[in-house]
Amino acid sequence: MKRNAIAFWGFALLFLAAILLSAQFVANEYWFFAGYVILQFIVLSVAWSILGGYAGYVNFGTSAFFGVGVYTAVFLVSAIGAPLALQIAVAAIVGAVMGFAVGLLTLRMQGIFFSIATIAVTIVVETTVTNWRSLGGAAGIQIQRPPVTAPFHSYVQMLVFVQALLVVLSVAISRYIQNSWIGRGLQALRDDELAAECTGVPTLRLKMTACVISGALMCAAGAPGAMYLQYADPASAFNLNYSVSVLAMALIGGTAHWIGPVIGAILLGVTQQLLTVTISSEVNVLVLGVMLVLFVVGAPEGIIGLFRKGRRSEGKA
Amino acid sequence: MFSMDLLLEAVVTGVLLGCFYAAVSIGLSVSFGLLDVPQVAHPAFLVMASYAVFFLNDGYDIDPLLAGVLITPLLFVFGLLAYRLYYETFERRGTDAAVRGIAFFFGIAFIIEVLLILYFGVDQRSVTASYIGKSWRIAGMRVPLRLMVAFAVAGGLTLLLSVYLSRTFMGRAIRAVAQDEEAVRLMGANPVRIKQWAFGIATAVLGVAGALLIIVSPVDPTLDRAYIGRTFCVVVMAGLGSMTGTLIAAIILGIAETIVLTMFGASWAPAISFALLLGILAVRPQGLLGRR
Repeated sequence: MKRNAIAFWGFALLFLAAILLSAQFVANEYWFFAGYVILQFIVLSVAWSILGGYAGYVNFGTSAFFGVGVYTAVFLVSAIGAPLALQIAVAAIVGAVMGFAVGLLTLRMQGIFFSIATIAVTIVVETTVTNWRSLGGAAGIQIQRPPVTAPFHSYVQMLVFVQALLVVLSVAISRYIQNSWIGRGLQALRDDELAAECTGVPTLRLKMTACVISGALMCAAGAPGAMYLQYADPASAFNLNYSVSVLAMALIGGTAHWIGPVIGAILLGVTQQLLTVTISSEVNVLVLGVMLVLFVVGAPEGIIGLFRKGRRSEGKA
Repeated sequence: MFSMDLLLEAVVTGVLLGCFYAAVSIGLSVSFGLLDVPQVAHPAFLVMASYAVFFLNDGYDIDPLLAGVLITPLLFVFGLLAYRLYYETFERRGTDAAVRGIAFFFGIAFIIEVLLILYFGVDQRSVTASYIGKSWRIAGMRVPLRLMVAFAVAGGLTLLLSVYLSRTFMGRAIRAVAQDEEAVRLMGANPVRIKQWAFGIATAVLGVAGALLIIVSPVDPTLDRAYIGRTFCVVVMAGLGSMTGTLIAAIILGIAETIVLTMFGASWAPAISFALLLGILAVRPQGLLGRR
């Protein structure tokens, strides 16, 4: 375990250093634009997996949390011109509070009722923002980026680094949860909630914890998105596509281990970027849907499940 | 600003609209309410049926309602196949069926949405028929004829399905499976075949429901997202699997939507059904006429 932790943090530092260095050597801005989106999806699907994977509560509210993150940042910038770090911190707090509220409302429901309720939350929040005049309403709102500070050459490069920090943070949290009593409790209630409750697992408290952490991370991941696009509108910030993409990434990667959502997000994120550039964004959604259905039917444990199975059959032979 | 006349008009329109909502939800009331299948693709199937009706109306000049009837057998077979796939991959394996079942149907809904966009484009589509675009004056109110047609057909469809479920042999078998699957198995019947049949019926009624959808308003490929809220709101409010409840719940939703629309404007429209759904799940999850 100890050696694992050293390897993990070493890799995390290496990853951050690579991002910093690439800001000095890579000239083409496109890589940063594409990289940002992929990193953002890693954070979202790792965060999703804390509730959706470990506890088995299929949350379709990713876009609600993401959109609230975007709009928290928009609000802070237009009201007091807050710096990026403050935007993200406040978004995380708002996300935690929202996760608590959503959890109170929905976590007593099970299975599909929970899923439908989270879609409902998304649409209700979206409609509220759409009718919020000072946040631009349905037409959306434009915001200005402040000048960038060294060592970065452009604002997007800095956003990529910030999102990379969030990736490390969310993966570390997810990894901690998985190895701690919280993760074991969540897995117990995922397998059989009644049995877990009867043996003394505080199921509701664990689910609430997972929902709060997951919500805070999703909102934090959304916050830099306002500066990334320099523009926000409710229809795209709260787009249900985020929910389904993130769910697909987590399920395709596999939810039994924290690495699953990371693999899924990288794989699907890269595929999506390639498809959007080379063919069209519609085909990209189609591929997403087809892959989701194929994996759910054919490889229920996701990619990491396939690897484990492979290793197991090797052991037998 | 808010007068009795306006309220009365809202209630009348709401009742007409409500019957239409009952027609588009009644299939879900069978598949989700009675069979416990997490059928989130139901609205996507509905929009797909609407496009099939559009295709027949636009290309071959067939009346939309007739077109809806024509595609019904196809939808029935489609439903049979969809359930078979769902059963083989999820229900029979047992573990985790809920989580992956929802993801499965959501994936299907997404695929349908994109295929519709790729084939028909993102523009709104509508059908032509003699009763579209006219309106009747009843007691000083203007009631669009298309809504009257939808009202009549929807009422008939709902009645037909509830009679089928309560009077015929197969209908009773379906309700028996919903009540106690194990008992049905012990009586020597095959619950899977009954459920497959029921899912076929639930999908087949979408033929006419899809025709009504495109008669009432123009249709675009992402319309199914709005109808996730409406159909699930109706089915959950009704109490899972209750046909009478479905009609009552749909009318409540219709009236609520019309009143909010006239008082606060159209920009709040998408949230009404979802907010109502959240409220019901929080306060009375068993619905108005719930079976559990």
